[in-house]
Amino acid sequence: MCGIVGLFLKDPALEPQLGHLLAEMLVVMTGRGPDSAGFAVYGAGDADHLKITLRGPRLDEVSAALAGVATATVRDTHLVLSFPLAAEEQVRGWLALNRPDLVVTGSGSRIELYKEVGLPRQVADRFALPGMAGTHGIGHTRMATESAVTTDGAHPFSTGRDQCLVHNGSLSNHRSLRRELEREGLTFATDNDSEVAAAYISWRLREGASLTQALESGLEDLDGFYTFVIGTENGFAVMRDPISCKPAVMAETHQYVAFGSEYRALVGLPGIEQARVFEPEPARAYVWERN
Amino acid sequence: MPVIDLAQSTKRELNAALHALTPDTPETHWSVRNPEGQHALAAGVNVPVTIEIDGHAGYYCAGMNQQATVIVHGNAGVGVAENMMSGRVHVKGDASQAAGATAHGGLLVIDGNASARCGISMKGVDIVVKGNIGPMSAFMAQAGNLVVLGDAGEALGDSLYETRIFVRGAVKSLGADCVEKELRPEHVAILTKLLAEAGVEGVSPTEFRRYGSGRTLYNFHVDNAGAY
Repeated sequence: MCGIVGLFLKDPALEPQLGHLLAEMLVVMTGRGPDSAGFAVYGAGDADHLKITLRGPRLDEVSAALAGVATATVRDTHLVLSFPLAAEEQVRGWLALNRPDLVVTGSGSRIELYKEVGLPRQVADRFALPGMAGTHGIGHTRMATESAVTTDGAHPFSTGRDQCLVHNGSLSNHRSLRRELEREGLTFATDNDSEVAAAYISWRLREGASLTQALESGLEDLDGFYTFVIGTENGFAVMRDPISCKPAVMAETHQYVAFGSEYRALVGLPGIEQARVFEPEPARAYVWERN
Repeated sequence: MPVIDLAQSTKRELNAALHALTPDTPETHWSVRNPEGQHALAAGVNVPVTIEIDGHAGYYCAGMNQQATVIVHGNAGVGVAENMMSGRVHVKGDASQAAGATAHGGLLVIDGNASARCGISMKGVDIVVKGNIGPMSAFMAQAGNLVVLGDAGEALGDSLYETRIFVRGAVKSLGADCVEKELRPEHVAILTKLLAEAGVEGVSPTEFRRYGSGRTLYNFHVDNAGAY
């Protein structure tokens, strides 16, 4: 099953509330995915700095060791390191040497990405999602079908800088596509089919496609059932497979664009009564980008 | 008029109250507030009462309906009026996928658009959609009438049995064994009646084209054996 949500703000006045709104959307989708949850938030950041989200034990040790180089924020099992781009080699080098056990869940100038096993409310609270600010975010509640209930199997998946994807559905050609993408130099952290979809989009973007073009070519290359919600540094996209196997509903106002697997996920949004509520069409790329 | 506020009461309390009604109930007009997209609202009702839902409904609203009139003042999620046996369901906004799926009887009216697989496997219901319908609508539909004032998406009426499909706008493509047929006087009569029942005015039945089963998939043809 799985539940997915996304919120892309047009009105900066709502940015301090992004985490709160996204958390409520996520919690409503508990029935669709009670085994794990995850989310990515696009918050503060700039082009001269890099943020890396890491997951693992003994994070305070990392914060202390890199204190002179990076600003560290620990949230439960995750750590966000922020540092000047020039220090990237130093930070990654230290991590590779001293803490190869840590998993990088996402990196970029603005993305922070958290996921854990557990009920969505617990996951949101452990990472203090309600207090996070940002311009957009996406989230996922998981009911595992294709792989085990593990933190690695939780969404979102990030396979490129400031890029992430959540998926409701299952892909049938992910094995062959993975081999092709590996030949193109993409690397995978899990055996999950959704990570292959994320990597596919990252590969297309790397090759120069626009977000719309990347999604449209996905219609040809991805075989299976999917509703995707995708975040990039400045963009937000939705795509459904050609037979719209998995549910989707969207709402748009002058303040935001919101996505939910079910309308219930959207009822807490401000001004939802006046929103244009619509169902995204199958096989059509919906993309919003801010300048 | 009983008013059930779903901000105060649970959906189960609402449905239990509706299921407890007897045919001679004096409470014939119900109002449901703050539905907020909850699923299975007013499902399984079997008395001739009117239930007005003041907002958007979730999945399977008015599913299995018998006798009741259910009005949704908003959009309806997947499977509105699925397996309806009789009565009337009126969605004032849009309907999501599989509206009227497998329904045997009654009338389903959608003022807006219906998305994919509208009327899938319908078995005798009448469906009137004032907007457009999505792809694969009336898939394997068996009986009843599907009337669409707007356009129809891809693969309309795929593997159709005997449902009549009337479309006023464009049809993107017809599914396997769905063919256009002549609009004869008896079909004009059906359309006239259904348009009136759905409250459609200013639209002539002759503006519609009729689609139905080519009846070539009813029996196995040995010539096709190679395809299996």
